[in-house]
Amino acid sequence: MTRISLTVDGARVSDDVEPRLLLVQYLRERLGKTGTVIGCDTSNCGACTVHLNGTSVKSCNVLAVQADGAEVTTIEGLATNGQLHPVQEAFRECHGLQCGFCTPGMIMQSVDLLNNNPKPTEEEIRLGLEGNLCRCTGYHNIVRAVQQASGQGAPA
Amino acid sequence: MIPAQFDYLAPTSVEDALAALAEHGDDAKIIAGGQSLLPVLRMRLNAPEMVIDLGRIESLRGVRDDGDAIVIGAMTPHAVVGADPLVAEHAAVISRAVEHLADAQIRHRGTFGGALAHADPAGDLGAPALALGAEFVIQGPGGTRRVAADDFFVDLFETAIGEDEILTEVRIPKHTGWGAHYEKFVRVAHQWPIVAVAATVRVDGGTIAEARIGLTNMGSTPLRARGVEEALAGQPATEDAVRAAAARATEGTNPPSDLNGDADYRRHLATVITRRAVLAAAGG
Repeated sequence: MTRISLTVDGARVSDDVEPRLLLVQYLRERLGKTGTVIGCDTSNCGACTVHLNGTSVKSCNVLAVQADGAEVTTIEGLATNGQLHPVQEAFRECHGLQCGFCTPGMIMQSVDLLNNNPKPTEEEIRLGLEGNLCRCTGYHNIVRAVQQASGQGAPA
Repeated sequence: MIPAQFDYLAPTSVEDALAALAEHGDDAKIIAGGQSLLPVLRMRLNAPEMVIDLGRIESLRGVRDDGDAIVIGAMTPHAVVGADPLVAEHAAVISRAVEHLADAQIRHRGTFGGALAHADPAGDLGAPALALGAEFVIQGPGGTRRVAADDFFVDLFETAIGEDEILTEVRIPKHTGWGAHYEKFVRVAHQWPIVAVAATVRVDGGTIAEARIGLTNMGSTPLRARGVEEALAGQPATEDAVRAAAARATEGTNPPSDLNGDADYRRHLATVITRRAVLAAAGG
């Protein structure tokens, strides 16, 4: 067992974990942060995307011990005081989801994309979300949601 | 999927990492960014008893100017390399290759040295490293040595790094002002390239004075297309001249056959992708 201490969605947490424990398992099984989902378990689909020290990572492809000392933000930590994050709001407005399973990862990656590039083109949005798969293939409305969240008015 | 049990060390210096490696020998595996290793561990294709994490060694991160070369620390994440102005100015073909390597999340976490040490022949960084004549700085119990790119890639997933050694940095001779392009052929997003070509050229008044070409996934290691380089030297940067030179991209290759295409298909692709890469590099 290895002792880890980190900040998750603003709260300090400390635990003894097996080195083989994946960050996504730690978030879901130890901390109950089930908003972050496991999609493919092969690091392809991006559903488990969280922010590690401010940048997006696939939490099924990071060991919990590697996050020792880090700051983690999950989909559950995006809203503030009951107010949805603008990207969450835009996904709701634009119907940027169908079954919703990819949504936590899509939103976390979209937030990262907009942090780096506040006014992305449609192509830049599609490339920026390359590591996130939507098996309903609802990509068009996801792209519109990111455009809307960036203040670029989604085309109808 | 959960990896088999292992013990874990996160040393904060290269010396401590080397000591851990010496102590645990064959049972140990180095983890850099882990973006290739963790899937392997999860599928239990490998089950080391000890995992030594280089992620806490600050001296292995960053890009610096060193006279005729730029030096990229082995643990520098792809995203940092891709955004680095020194790399863009002096080794632009690396910037181009990193741009579309895997996806954004993996570029945040995966590292320059980790990907090169992993030596996947379909990896995007070997061909640019070969094309630019990179030197690999490897540290072991006996000190530090430098290995030329031509000698670094030994075979499938095998490099010149010894079992008791660690890749610490990669020195890239400056190719300031050279045009550069990385052309990657994939069928679906976020996939390993079926074939890719790293091209960097020095154009002088419409003539290709010098060219350096690396091939991805055309053999068990990344390959340098010396035949194309020779054929391009002194040629005009025109479609016809480049097409003729690119026909030599298949020389010395031994591409794999798999579900994405057989070897002949890859040989054909190599000539087409080389032409596109060289023209793009020469044009801008």
